[in-house]
Amino acid sequence: MSAIQATLKSRSSSAFDVERIRADFPILKLTVNDKPLVYFDNAASSQMPQQVIDRLVRYQTTQHANINRAVHHLSEVATSEFEEARRKLQHFINANEEREVIFTSGTTDAINLVMHGYGRKFIGAGDEIILTTLEHHSNIVPWQMLAEEKGAKIRVVPINDAGELLIDEYEKLFNERTKFVGVMHVSNALGTINPIKEMIAFAHARGVPVLVDGAQAAPHMKVDVQDLDCDFYALSGHKLCGPTGIGILYGRAALLEKMQPFKGGGDMILSVTFEKTIYNTIPHKFEAGTPPIAAAIGLGAAVDYLSAIGMDAIAAHELALLAYATEQINAMPGVRIIGTAKHKAAVLSFAVDGVHPHDIGTLLNQEGIAVRTGHHCAQPVMQRFHVPATSRASFAFYNSMDEVDALIAGIRTVQKIFT
Amino acid sequence: MTNYKSLYQEVILDHNKKPRNYGTIEHPSHHAVGHNPLCGDHITVDVVLGERIDNIAFQGESCAICKASASMMTTAIKGKTRAEAETLIQEFLAMATGKLSHDDCPNIGRLAVFAGVSDLPTRVKCAILPWHTLSGAFNAVATTSTEAEADPMHAPIGDA
Repeated sequence: MSAIQATLKSRSSSAFDVERIRADFPILKLTVNDKPLVYFDNAASSQMPQQVIDRLVRYQTTQHANINRAVHHLSEVATSEFEEARRKLQHFINANEEREVIFTSGTTDAINLVMHGYGRKFIGAGDEIILTTLEHHSNIVPWQMLAEEKGAKIRVVPINDAGELLIDEYEKLFNERTKFVGVMHVSNALGTINPIKEMIAFAHARGVPVLVDGAQAAPHMKVDVQDLDCDFYALSGHKLCGPTGIGILYGRAALLEKMQPFKGGGDMILSVTFEKTIYNTIPHKFEAGTPPIAAAIGLGAAVDYLSAIGMDAIAAHELALLAYATEQINAMPGVRIIGTAKHKAAVLSFAVDGVHPHDIGTLLNQEGIAVRTGHHCAQPVMQRFHVPATSRASFAFYNSMDEVDALIAGIRTVQKIFT
Repeated sequence: MTNYKSLYQEVILDHNKKPRNYGTIEHPSHHAVGHNPLCGDHITVDVVLGERIDNIAFQGESCAICKASASMMTTAIKGKTRAEAETLIQEFLAMATGKLSHDDCPNIGRLAVFAGVSDLPTRVKCAILPWHTLSGAFNAVATTSTEAEADPMHAPIGDA
Protein backbone atom coordinates (compact mmCIF):
# COMPACT_ATOMS: atom_id res chain seq x y z
CA MET A 1 0.00 0.00 0.00
CA SER A 2 1.34 3.39 -1.00
CA ALA A 3 1.59 6.31 1.42
CA ILE A 4 -1.33 8.06 -0.22
CA GLN A 5 -3.46 4.92 0.02
CA ALA A 6 -2.59 4.57 3.70
CA THR A 7 -3.56 8.19 4.27
CA LEU A 8 -6.84 7.73 2.43
CA LYS A 9 -7.58 4.56 4.38
CA SER A 10 -7.03 6.31 7.71
CA ARG A 11 -9.47 9.07 6.77
CA SER A 12 -12.84 9.16 8.47
CA SER A 13 -12.09 6.33 10.91
CA SER A 14 -11.38 8.82 13.68
CA ALA A 15 -14.61 10.79 13.29
CA PHE A 16 -16.94 8.00 12.31
CA ASP A 17 -17.41 4.81 14.35
CA VAL A 18 -18.29 2.43 11.53
CA GLU A 19 -18.02 -0.67 13.72
CA ARG A 20 -20.66 0.68 16.09
CA ILE A 21 -22.93 1.42 13.15
CA ARG A 22 -22.35 -2.02 11.63
CA ALA A 23 -23.57 -3.57 14.86
CA ASP A 24 -27.01 -2.10 14.10
CA PHE A 25 -27.31 -4.16 10.90
CA PRO A 26 -27.95 -7.85 11.63
CA ILE A 27 -27.55 -8.88 7.99
CA LEU A 28 -23.94 -7.69 7.95
CA LYS A 29 -23.06 -10.58 10.27
CA LEU A 30 -23.84 -13.11 7.52
CA THR A 31 -21.25 -15.18 5.76
CA VAL A 32 -21.58 -15.95 2.05
CA ASN A 33 -19.56 -18.82 0.60
CA ASP A 34 -17.84 -19.07 3.99
CA LYS A 35 -16.60 -15.48 3.73
CA PRO A 36 -17.90 -12.48 5.66
CA LEU A 37 -20.53 -10.74 3.56
CA VAL A 38 -19.24 -7.58 1.89
CA TYR A 39 -22.37 -5.79 0.72
CA PHE A 40 -21.56 -3.34 -2.07
CA ASP A 41 -24.92 -3.34 -3.86
CA ASN A 42 -26.39 -0.45 -1.90
CA ALA A 43 -27.42 1.52 -4.99
CA ALA A 44 -29.80 -1.33 -5.81
CA SER A 45 -31.11 -1.66 -2.27
CA SER A 46 -29.68 -0.86 1.13
CA GLN A 47 -29.86 -2.97 4.29
CA MET A 48 -32.09 -2.34 7.28
CA PRO A 49 -30.90 -1.53 10.83
CA GLN A 50 -32.40 -3.27 13.86
CA GLN A 51 -34.11 0.01 14.85
CA VAL A 52 -36.24 -0.08 11.69
CA ILE A 53 -36.90 -3.82 11.97
CA ASP A 54 -38.04 -3.25 15.57
CA ARG A 55 -40.32 -0.42 14.49
CA LEU A 56 -42.00 -2.67 11.92
CA VAL A 57 -42.47 -5.36 14.54
CA ARG A 58 -43.93 -2.87 17.04
CA TYR A 59 -46.37 -1.54 14.47
CA GLN A 60 -47.45 -4.99 13.39
CA THR A 61 -47.76 -6.36 16.93
CA THR A 62 -49.45 -3.38 18.63
CA GLN A 63 -50.65 -0.71 16.20
CA HIS A 64 -52.01 -2.17 12.98
CA ALA A 65 -55.41 -1.35 11.49
CA ASN A 66 -56.53 0.36 8.32
CA ILE A 67 -56.07 4.13 8.29
CA ASN A 68 -58.42 7.08 7.65
CA ARG A 69 -61.54 5.01 8.28
CA ALA A 70 -62.81 3.65 11.53
CA VAL A 71 -63.19 5.47 14.85
CA HIS A 72 -61.78 2.60 16.86
CA HIS A 73 -58.54 2.84 18.81
CA LEU A 74 -56.24 0.93 16.49
CA SER A 75 -57.35 2.79 13.40
CA GLU A 76 -56.68 6.08 15.16
CA VAL A 77 -53.22 4.93 16.25
CA ALA A 78 -52.33 3.62 12.79
CA THR A 79 -53.56 6.81 11.11
CA SER A 80 -51.64 8.99 13.51
CA GLU A 81 -48.41 6.97 13.11
CA PHE A 82 -48.80 7.01 9.31
CA GLU A 83 -49.22 10.80 9.29
CA GLU A 84 -46.30 11.13 11.72
CA ALA A 85 -44.18 9.23 9.17
CA ARG A 86 -45.24 11.75 6.53
CA ARG A 87 -44.01 14.59 8.78
CA LYS A 88 -40.69 12.80 9.31
CA LEU A 89 -40.23 12.60 5.53
CA GLN A 90 -41.28 16.23 5.19
CA HIS A 91 -38.52 17.27 7.58
CA PHE A 92 -36.01 14.87 6.02
CA ILE A 93 -36.24 16.69 2.67
CA ASN A 94 -37.21 20.05 4.21
CA ALA A 95 -40.54 20.35 2.41
CA ASN A 96 -42.54 23.42 3.30
CA GLU A 97 -45.76 21.54 4.08
CA GLU A 98 -46.58 17.96 4.99
CA ARG A 99 -49.31 17.78 2.34
CA GLU A 100 -46.54 18.13 -0.25
CA VAL A 101 -45.34 14.62 0.63
CA ILE A 102 -47.21 11.85 -1.19
CA PHE A 103 -46.54 8.24 -0.30
CA THR A 104 -45.91 6.12 -3.40
CA SER A 105 -44.61 2.61 -3.88
CA GLY A 106 -41.22 4.04 -4.80
CA THR A 107 -39.44 6.33 -7.23
CA THR A 108 -40.82 4.63 -10.34
CA ASP A 109 -44.37 5.01 -9.03
CA ALA A 110 -43.69 8.66 -8.13
CA ILE A 111 -42.43 9.48 -11.64
CA ASN A 112 -45.41 7.70 -13.19
CA LEU A 113 -47.68 9.76 -10.92
CA VAL A 114 -46.16 12.98 -12.28
CA MET A 115 -46.38 11.71 -15.85
CA HIS A 116 -50.09 10.87 -15.48
CA GLY A 117 -51.10 13.67 -13.12
CA TYR A 118 -49.11 16.52 -14.62
CA GLY A 119 -47.83 15.33 -18.00
CA ARG A 120 -51.10 14.06 -19.44
CA LYS A 121 -52.84 17.28 -18.45
CA PHE A 122 -50.25 19.89 -19.37
CA ILE A 123 -48.07 18.37 -22.12
CA GLY A 124 -49.49 18.16 -25.64
CA ALA A 125 -48.67 17.60 -29.29
CA GLY A 126 -45.40 19.18 -30.37
CA ASP A 127 -44.33 19.97 -26.81
CA GLU A 128 -40.85 19.00 -25.68
CA ILE A 129 -39.60 17.17 -22.59
CA ILE A 130 -35.93 17.41 -21.65
CA LEU A 131 -34.28 14.33 -20.12
CA THR A 132 -30.61 13.38 -19.78
CA THR A 133 -28.45 10.54 -21.08
CA LEU A 134 -27.81 9.54 -17.46
CA GLU A 135 -31.44 8.78 -16.63
CA HIS A 136 -32.54 5.47 -15.17
CA HIS A 137 -35.10 3.70 -17.37
CA SER A 138 -37.73 4.74 -14.81
CA ASN A 139 -37.27 8.38 -15.80
CA ILE A 140 -37.20 7.60 -19.53
CA VAL A 141 -39.93 5.09 -20.26
CA PRO A 142 -42.90 6.95 -18.65
CA TRP A 143 -42.03 10.05 -20.69
CA GLN A 144 -41.69 8.01 -23.86
CA MET A 145 -45.16 6.60 -23.21
CA LEU A 146 -46.47 10.14 -22.77
CA ALA A 147 -44.65 11.41 -25.87
CA GLU A 148 -46.13 8.59 -27.92
CA GLU A 149 -49.63 9.23 -26.60
CA LYS A 150 -49.53 13.00 -27.07
CA GLY A 151 -47.19 13.42 -30.01
CA ALA A 152 -44.67 15.20 -27.79
CA LYS A 153 -40.92 15.06 -28.28
CA ILE A 154 -38.09 14.01 -25.97
CA ARG A 155 -34.82 15.95 -26.07
CA VAL A 156 -31.76 14.44 -24.39
CA VAL A 157 -28.90 16.23 -22.62
CA PRO A 158 -25.59 14.60 -23.64
CA ILE A 159 -22.69 13.76 -21.30
CA ASN A 160 -18.90 13.99 -21.61
CA ASP A 161 -16.38 11.16 -21.23
CA ALA A 162 -16.31 11.64 -17.46
CA GLY A 163 -20.06 11.08 -17.27
CA GLU A 164 -20.96 14.73 -16.57
CA LEU A 165 -23.90 16.49 -18.16
CA LEU A 166 -22.99 19.07 -20.79
CA ILE A 167 -24.76 22.06 -19.28
CA ASP A 168 -24.23 24.26 -22.37
CA GLU A 169 -26.07 21.65 -24.40
CA TYR A 170 -28.81 21.47 -21.78
CA GLU A 171 -29.37 25.20 -22.04
CA LYS A 172 -29.43 25.05 -25.84
CA LEU A 173 -32.24 22.48 -25.77
CA PHE A 174 -34.73 25.01 -24.39
CA ASN A 175 -37.19 26.66 -26.74
CA GLU A 176 -40.80 27.83 -26.59
CA ARG A 177 -42.01 24.20 -26.91
CA THR A 178 -40.14 23.06 -23.79
CA LYS A 179 -42.72 22.03 -21.20
CA PHE A 180 -40.91 19.80 -18.72
CA VAL A 181 -37.50 18.70 -17.44
CA GLY A 182 -36.74 15.34 -15.81
CA VAL A 183 -33.26 14.87 -14.35
CA MET A 184 -31.67 12.53 -11.84
CA HIS A 185 -29.85 14.05 -8.89
CA VAL A 186 -27.18 11.32 -8.71
CA SER A 187 -26.46 8.77 -11.45
CA ASN A 188 -27.05 5.20 -10.32
CA ALA A 189 -24.71 3.84 -12.98
CA LEU A 190 -21.80 6.29 -12.66
CA GLY A 191 -22.25 8.17 -9.40
CA THR A 192 -22.21 11.62 -11.06
CA ILE A 193 -23.81 14.32 -8.91
CA ASN A 194 -25.63 16.60 -11.32
CA PRO A 195 -25.75 20.41 -10.82
CA ILE A 196 -29.51 20.29 -10.44
CA LYS A 197 -29.88 23.53 -8.52
CA GLU A 198 -28.44 25.49 -11.45
CA MET A 199 -30.42 23.39 -13.94
CA ILE A 200 -33.65 24.06 -12.04
CA ALA A 201 -32.97 27.82 -11.90
CA PHE A 202 -32.35 27.87 -15.66
CA ALA A 203 -35.60 25.99 -16.35
CA HIS A 204 -37.62 28.14 -13.97
CA ALA A 205 -36.38 31.30 -15.66
CA ARG A 206 -38.18 29.92 -18.72
CA GLY A 207 -41.28 28.83 -16.81
CA VAL A 208 -40.51 25.12 -17.10
CA PRO A 209 -41.12 22.78 -14.13
CA VAL A 210 -38.48 20.22 -13.11
CA LEU A 211 -38.80 16.72 -11.69
CA VAL A 212 -35.76 15.38 -9.87
CA ASP A 213 -35.21 11.62 -9.55
CA GLY A 214 -33.60 11.55 -6.12
CA ALA A 215 -33.46 7.78 -5.65
CA GLN A 216 -29.65 7.72 -5.53
CA ALA A 217 -29.14 11.10 -3.87
CA ALA A 218 -31.34 10.90 -0.79
CA PRO A 219 -29.34 8.02 0.78
CA HIS A 220 -26.04 9.85 0.39
CA MET A 221 -26.52 13.56 1.08
CA LYS A 222 -28.73 16.15 2.72
CA VAL A 223 -31.62 16.96 0.39
CA ASP A 224 -33.40 20.29 0.76
CA VAL A 225 -36.22 20.63 -1.76
CA GLN A 226 -36.81 24.28 -0.89
CA ASP A 227 -33.17 25.16 -1.41
CA LEU A 228 -33.11 23.21 -4.68
CA ASP A 229 -36.41 24.88 -5.60
CA CYS A 230 -37.46 21.75 -7.50
CA ASP A 231 -41.09 21.16 -8.44
CA PHE A 232 -41.04 17.40 -7.88
CA TYR A 233 -38.59 15.16 -6.04
CA ALA A 234 -38.93 11.37 -6.00
CA LEU A 235 -37.19 8.85 -3.75
CA SER A 236 -37.37 5.20 -2.70
CA GLY A 237 -37.51 3.91 0.88
CA HIS A 238 -35.60 0.70 0.33
CA LYS A 239 -32.48 2.62 -0.72
CA LEU A 240 -32.74 4.59 2.55
CA CYS A 241 -32.51 1.64 4.95
CA GLY A 242 -36.32 1.40 4.86
CA PRO A 243 -38.67 -1.27 3.54
CA THR A 244 -39.42 -2.03 -0.11
CA GLY A 245 -42.75 -0.95 -1.60
CA ILE A 246 -42.62 2.58 -0.18
CA GLY A 247 -41.26 5.88 -1.42
CA ILE A 248 -42.37 9.46 -1.72
CA LEU A 249 -43.12 12.08 -4.27
CA TYR A 250 -42.51 15.60 -3.08
CA GLY A 251 -44.53 18.05 -5.14
CA ARG A 252 -44.96 21.78 -4.84
CA ALA A 253 -48.47 22.24 -3.37
CA ALA A 254 -49.62 24.66 -6.07
CA LEU A 255 -48.72 22.15 -8.78
CA LEU A 256 -50.20 19.15 -6.97
CA GLU A 257 -53.47 21.07 -6.63
CA LYS A 258 -53.64 21.58 -10.40
CA MET A 259 -52.87 17.97 -11.25
CA GLN A 260 -55.33 15.24 -12.05
CA PRO A 261 -55.34 12.07 -9.90
CA PHE A 262 -53.24 9.14 -11.07
CA LYS A 263 -55.12 6.21 -9.56
CA GLY A 264 -58.78 6.17 -8.67
CA GLY A 265 -60.26 4.39 -5.67
CA GLY A 266 -60.88 4.64 -1.95
CA ASP A 267 -59.21 7.33 0.20
CA MET A 268 -58.65 9.66 -2.75
CA ILE A 269 -62.27 10.90 -2.82
CA LEU A 270 -64.47 13.23 -0.79
CA SER A 271 -67.73 11.92 -2.19
CA VAL A 272 -68.77 9.49 -4.87
CA THR A 273 -72.02 9.21 -6.78
CA PHE A 274 -72.43 7.59 -10.17
CA GLU A 275 -72.96 11.07 -11.58
CA LYS A 276 -69.95 12.77 -10.04
CA THR A 277 -66.97 12.12 -7.83
CA ILE A 278 -65.30 14.88 -5.84
CA TYR A 279 -61.64 14.26 -5.23
CA ASN A 280 -60.00 14.54 -1.86
CA THR A 281 -57.46 17.26 -1.06
CA ILE A 282 -53.73 16.71 -1.45
CA PRO A 283 -51.91 14.54 -0.55
CA HIS A 284 -54.85 12.11 -0.27
CA LYS A 285 -55.98 12.80 -3.85
CA PHE A 286 -52.91 10.83 -4.94
CA GLU A 287 -53.10 8.00 -2.39
CA ALA A 288 -55.86 5.71 -3.65
CA GLY A 289 -56.45 2.48 -1.79
CA THR A 290 -54.90 1.20 1.42
CA PRO A 291 -51.25 2.24 1.41
CA PRO A 292 -48.36 0.11 2.74
CA ILE A 293 -48.88 1.51 6.23
CA ALA A 294 -46.17 -0.52 7.94
CA ALA A 295 -43.67 0.34 5.21
CA ALA A 296 -44.40 4.07 5.51
CA ILE A 297 -43.94 3.94 9.28
CA GLY A 298 -40.77 1.90 8.78
CA LEU A 299 -39.47 4.53 6.37
CA GLY A 300 -40.19 7.18 8.99
CA ALA A 301 -38.04 5.20 11.44
CA ALA A 302 -35.33 4.84 8.79
CA VAL A 303 -35.01 8.59 8.17
CA ASP A 304 -34.93 9.10 11.95
CA TYR A 305 -32.04 6.64 12.08
CA LEU A 306 -30.17 8.36 9.25
CA SER A 307 -30.80 11.82 10.67
CA ALA A 308 -29.45 10.73 14.07
CA ILE A 309 -26.16 9.75 12.41
CA GLY A 310 -26.34 12.88 10.26
CA MET A 311 -26.41 13.03 6.47
CA ASP A 312 -23.25 15.12 6.41
CA ALA A 313 -21.33 12.52 8.45
CA ILE A 314 -22.74 9.80 6.18
CA ALA A 315 -21.63 11.68 3.07
CA ALA A 316 -18.15 12.29 4.47
CA HIS A 317 -17.58 8.61 5.34
CA GLU A 318 -18.88 7.42 1.98
CA LEU A 319 -16.68 9.86 0.09
CA ALA A 320 -13.69 8.61 2.08
CA LEU A 321 -14.56 5.05 1.01
CA LEU A 322 -14.91 6.22 -2.59
CA ALA A 323 -11.59 8.10 -2.57
CA TYR A 324 -9.76 5.10 -1.10
CA ALA A 325 -11.30 2.62 -3.56
CA THR A 326 -10.75 4.96 -6.52
CA GLU A 327 -7.09 5.46 -5.65
CA GLN A 328 -6.50 1.71 -5.39
CA ILE A 329 -8.34 0.85 -8.61
CA ASN A 330 -6.54 3.59 -10.52
CA ALA A 331 -3.28 1.92 -9.46
CA MET A 332 -4.36 -1.46 -10.87
CA PRO A 333 -3.34 -2.24 -14.46
CA GLY A 334 -6.20 -3.56 -16.59
CA VAL A 335 -8.97 -2.02 -14.49
CA ARG A 336 -10.82 1.06 -15.67
CA ILE A 337 -13.31 3.19 -13.77
CA ILE A 338 -16.35 4.21 -15.81
CA GLY A 339 -17.69 7.52 -14.54
CA THR A 340 -15.02 9.94 -13.38
CA ALA A 341 -17.07 13.04 -12.72
CA LYS A 342 -15.55 15.70 -10.49
CA HIS A 343 -18.59 15.54 -8.20
CA LYS A 344 -19.45 11.93 -7.43
CA ALA A 345 -21.41 9.98 -4.87
CA ALA A 346 -20.13 6.63 -3.60
CA VAL A 347 -20.73 4.61 -6.75
CA LEU A 348 -17.84 2.87 -8.48
CA SER A 349 -18.54 1.38 -11.90
CA PHE A 350 -15.58 -0.43 -13.37
CA ALA A 351 -14.46 -2.70 -16.18
CA VAL A 352 -11.68 -5.28 -16.05
CA ASP A 353 -9.87 -5.87 -19.36
CA GLY A 354 -10.78 -9.18 -20.93
CA VAL A 355 -13.29 -10.17 -18.26
CA HIS A 356 -17.04 -9.94 -18.68
CA PRO A 357 -18.87 -8.25 -15.78
CA HIS A 358 -20.93 -11.37 -15.10
CA ASP A 359 -17.79 -13.43 -14.62
CA ILE A 360 -16.52 -10.73 -12.26
CA GLY A 361 -19.80 -10.80 -10.35
CA THR A 362 -19.77 -14.58 -9.96
CA LEU A 363 -16.12 -14.67 -8.89
CA LEU A 364 -16.51 -11.81 -6.40
CA ASN A 365 -19.56 -13.59 -5.01
CA GLN A 366 -17.29 -16.55 -4.30
CA GLU A 367 -15.39 -14.16 -2.03
CA GLY A 368 -18.61 -13.10 -0.30
CA ILE A 369 -18.65 -9.75 -2.12
CA ALA A 370 -21.98 -8.53 -3.51
CA VAL A 371 -21.65 -6.16 -6.48
CA ARG A 372 -24.10 -5.41 -9.23
CA THR A 373 -23.21 -6.42 -12.76
CA GLY A 374 -25.23 -5.42 -15.78
CA HIS A 375 -26.57 -2.31 -17.45
CA HIS A 376 -28.00 -0.86 -14.21
CA CYS A 377 -31.29 0.01 -15.95
CA ALA A 378 -29.35 2.73 -17.74
CA GLN A 379 -28.73 1.33 -21.21
CA PRO A 380 -28.22 4.78 -22.81
CA VAL A 381 -25.28 5.31 -20.43
CA MET A 382 -23.79 1.93 -21.40
CA GLN A 383 -24.18 2.80 -25.09
CA ARG A 384 -22.42 6.13 -24.49
CA PHE A 385 -19.40 4.30 -23.05
CA HIS A 386 -19.60 1.47 -25.61
CA VAL A 387 -19.89 -1.25 -23.00
CA PRO A 388 -22.80 -3.71 -22.69
CA ALA A 389 -22.48 -3.74 -18.93
CA THR A 390 -20.25 -2.78 -16.02
CA SER A 391 -19.51 -4.07 -12.55
CA ARG A 392 -20.65 -1.64 -9.89
CA ALA A 393 -19.64 -1.38 -6.26
CA SER A 394 -21.90 1.09 -4.46
CA PHE A 395 -21.04 2.05 -0.90
CA ALA A 396 -23.13 2.85 2.14
CA PHE A 397 -22.17 4.46 5.43
CA TYR A 398 -21.98 1.01 7.09
CA ASN A 399 -19.23 -0.15 4.74
CA SER A 400 -15.66 -0.14 5.98
CA MET A 401 -12.20 0.48 4.55
CA ASP A 402 -11.38 -3.19 5.18
CA GLU A 403 -14.28 -4.13 2.92
CA VAL A 404 -12.79 -1.97 0.18
CA ASP A 405 -9.55 -3.96 0.65
CA ALA A 406 -11.56 -7.17 0.21
CA LEU A 407 -12.97 -5.84 -3.06
CA ILE A 408 -9.54 -4.92 -4.38
CA ALA A 409 -8.19 -8.36 -3.43
CA GLY A 410 -11.23 -9.92 -5.11
CA ILE A 411 -10.57 -8.05 -8.36
CA ARG A 412 -6.95 -9.23 -8.25
CA THR A 413 -8.17 -12.84 -7.88
CA VAL A 414 -10.42 -12.35 -10.92
CA GLN A 415 -7.49 -11.04 -12.95
CA LYS A 416 -5.31 -13.97 -11.88
CA ILE A 417 -7.92 -16.51 -12.97
CA PHE A 418 -8.31 -14.88 -16.36
CA THR A 419 -4.64 -14.40 -17.23
CA MET B 1 -21.99 -25.10 -3.27
CA THR B 2 -20.05 -24.73 -6.48
CA ASN B 3 -16.91 -22.70 -6.21
CA TYR B 4 -15.12 -21.00 -9.01
CA LYS B 5 -12.50 -23.72 -9.10
CA SER B 6 -15.10 -26.16 -10.37
CA LEU B 7 -16.89 -23.74 -12.69
CA TYR B 8 -14.03 -21.67 -14.05
CA GLN B 9 -11.98 -24.74 -14.97
CA GLU B 10 -9.00 -24.62 -17.28
CA VAL B 11 -10.99 -25.98 -20.21
CA ILE B 12 -13.61 -23.23 -19.89
CA LEU B 13 -11.00 -20.49 -19.52
CA ASP B 14 -9.14 -21.90 -22.53
CA HIS B 15 -12.22 -21.92 -24.78
CA ASN B 16 -13.02 -18.38 -23.60
CA LYS B 17 -9.55 -17.18 -24.55
CA LYS B 18 -9.31 -19.13 -27.80
CA PRO B 19 -12.85 -19.82 -28.96
CA ARG B 20 -13.14 -22.51 -31.65
CA ASN B 21 -15.24 -21.98 -34.80
CA TYR B 22 -15.52 -18.30 -33.99
CA GLY B 23 -16.91 -16.10 -36.76
CA THR B 24 -19.61 -16.27 -39.39
CA ILE B 25 -20.31 -18.53 -42.37
CA GLU B 26 -21.04 -16.84 -45.69
CA HIS B 27 -23.95 -19.01 -46.85
CA PRO B 28 -25.36 -20.85 -43.85
CA SER B 29 -28.36 -23.12 -44.28
CA HIS B 30 -29.47 -22.17 -40.78
CA HIS B 31 -28.87 -19.05 -38.72
CA ALA B 32 -30.15 -17.48 -35.52
CA VAL B 33 -29.38 -14.69 -33.07
CA GLY B 34 -29.73 -15.32 -29.36
CA HIS B 35 -30.09 -12.60 -26.73
CA ASN B 36 -29.58 -12.61 -22.98
CA PRO B 37 -31.50 -9.53 -21.82
CA LEU B 38 -30.05 -9.87 -18.31
CA CYS B 39 -26.66 -8.65 -19.53
CA GLY B 40 -27.38 -7.46 -23.06
CA ASP B 41 -25.16 -10.16 -24.52
CA HIS B 42 -25.98 -11.72 -27.85
CA ILE B 43 -24.48 -14.39 -30.06
CA THR B 44 -25.07 -15.54 -33.61
CA VAL B 45 -24.95 -19.16 -34.70
CA ASP B 46 -24.47 -20.16 -38.37
CA VAL B 47 -24.90 -23.76 -39.49
CA VAL B 48 -24.34 -25.58 -42.79
CA LEU B 49 -26.53 -28.66 -42.57
CA GLY B 50 -26.48 -31.42 -45.17
CA GLU B 51 -26.64 -35.10 -44.26
CA ARG B 52 -24.67 -34.00 -41.27
CA ILE B 53 -23.62 -30.69 -39.76
CA ASP B 54 -20.86 -29.83 -42.18
CA ASN B 55 -19.94 -26.52 -40.64
CA ILE B 56 -20.93 -24.40 -37.66
CA ALA B 57 -19.72 -21.05 -36.35
CA PHE B 58 -20.67 -18.59 -33.65
CA GLN B 59 -19.89 -14.96 -32.94
CA GLY B 60 -20.69 -12.40 -30.27
CA GLU B 61 -19.49 -10.61 -27.17
CA SER B 62 -20.36 -12.52 -24.06
CA CYS B 63 -19.12 -13.73 -20.71
CA ALA B 64 -16.65 -16.59 -20.34
CA ILE B 65 -19.34 -19.12 -19.49
CA CYS B 66 -21.37 -18.28 -22.60
CA LYS B 67 -18.41 -18.08 -24.95
CA ALA B 68 -16.87 -21.34 -23.72
CA SER B 69 -20.25 -23.05 -23.91
CA ALA B 70 -20.68 -21.86 -27.51
CA SER B 71 -17.16 -22.84 -28.48
CA MET B 72 -17.45 -26.32 -26.99
CA MET B 73 -20.90 -26.69 -28.50
CA THR B 74 -19.52 -26.09 -32.00
CA THR B 75 -16.76 -28.66 -31.58
CA ALA B 76 -19.20 -31.21 -30.15
CA ILE B 77 -21.85 -30.65 -32.84
CA LYS B 78 -19.72 -30.57 -35.98
CA GLY B 79 -20.11 -33.82 -37.94
CA LYS B 80 -23.22 -34.95 -36.09
CA THR B 81 -26.61 -35.50 -37.70
CA ARG B 82 -29.35 -33.05 -36.81
CA ALA B 83 -31.07 -35.74 -34.70
CA GLU B 84 -27.87 -36.39 -32.75
CA ALA B 85 -27.37 -32.66 -32.26
CA GLU B 86 -30.90 -32.23 -30.96
CA THR B 87 -30.41 -35.05 -28.47
CA LEU B 88 -27.26 -33.33 -27.24
CA ILE B 89 -29.11 -29.99 -26.96
CA GLN B 90 -31.74 -31.67 -24.77
CA GLU B 91 -29.10 -33.31 -22.59
CA PHE B 92 -27.15 -30.07 -22.16
CA LEU B 93 -30.24 -28.05 -21.24
CA ALA B 94 -31.34 -30.73 -18.75
CA MET B 95 -27.89 -30.85 -17.16
CA ALA B 96 -27.37 -27.09 -16.96
CA THR B 97 -30.79 -26.52 -15.40
CA GLY B 98 -30.19 -29.29 -12.87
CA LYS B 99 -32.94 -31.60 -14.18
CA LEU B 100 -30.44 -34.35 -14.98
CA SER B 101 -27.08 -35.23 -13.50
CA HIS B 102 -24.29 -35.31 -16.05
CA ASP B 103 -24.01 -39.05 -15.32
CA ASP B 104 -27.48 -39.43 -16.82
CA CYS B 105 -26.46 -37.69 -20.05
CA PRO B 106 -24.79 -40.38 -22.18
CA ASN B 107 -23.63 -38.00 -24.93
CA ILE B 108 -22.47 -35.11 -22.79
CA GLY B 109 -18.74 -35.96 -22.66
CA ARG B 110 -16.47 -33.00 -21.93
CA LEU B 111 -19.47 -30.69 -21.72
CA ALA B 112 -19.94 -32.04 -18.20
CA VAL B 113 -17.68 -29.17 -17.06
CA PHE B 114 -20.80 -27.00 -17.23
CA ALA B 115 -22.72 -29.11 -14.70
CA GLY B 116 -21.74 -26.60 -11.97
CA VAL B 117 -23.84 -23.77 -13.40
CA SER B 118 -27.00 -25.48 -12.18
CA ASP B 119 -25.98 -24.23 -8.71
CA LEU B 120 -25.81 -20.64 -9.99
CA PRO B 121 -29.31 -19.73 -11.19
CA THR B 122 -28.23 -16.33 -12.52
CA ARG B 123 -25.57 -17.92 -14.69
CA VAL B 124 -27.57 -20.82 -16.15
CA LYS B 125 -28.81 -18.53 -18.92
CA CYS B 126 -25.23 -17.73 -19.92
CA ALA B 127 -24.42 -21.41 -20.43
CA ILE B 128 -27.59 -22.33 -22.30
CA LEU B 129 -27.83 -19.29 -24.60
CA PRO B 130 -25.75 -20.89 -27.41
CA TRP B 131 -27.78 -24.09 -27.24
CA HIS B 132 -31.09 -22.24 -27.38
CA THR B 133 -29.77 -20.25 -30.31
CA LEU B 134 -28.71 -23.41 -32.15
CA SER B 135 -32.13 -24.89 -31.51
CA GLY B 136 -33.68 -21.68 -32.87
CA ALA B 137 -31.52 -21.96 -35.99
CA PHE B 138 -32.59 -25.57 -36.60
CA ASN B 139 -36.26 -24.72 -36.25
CA ALA B 140 -36.24 -21.60 -38.41
CA VAL B 141 -37.66 -21.67 -41.90
CA ALA B 142 -35.63 -19.03 -43.67
CA THR B 143 -31.90 -18.81 -43.96
CA THR B 144 -31.30 -15.14 -44.54
CA SER B 145 -30.78 -12.82 -41.68
CA THR B 146 -32.81 -9.70 -41.15
CA GLU B 147 -32.44 -7.08 -38.43
CA ALA B 148 -32.08 -8.97 -35.17
CA GLU B 149 -35.11 -7.41 -33.49
CA ALA B 150 -37.45 -8.34 -36.33
CA ASP B 151 -35.72 -11.58 -37.09
CA PRO B 152 -38.18 -14.50 -37.06
CA MET B 153 -35.27 -16.69 -35.97
CA HIS B 154 -34.41 -14.36 -33.14
CA ALA B 155 -34.21 -16.57 -30.08
CA PRO B 156 -34.59 -14.55 -26.90
CA ILE B 157 -34.31 -16.36 -23.62
CA GLY B 158 -35.13 -15.43 -20.10
CA ASP B 159 -36.12 -11.99 -18.97
CA ALA B 160 -34.42 -8.78 -17.92
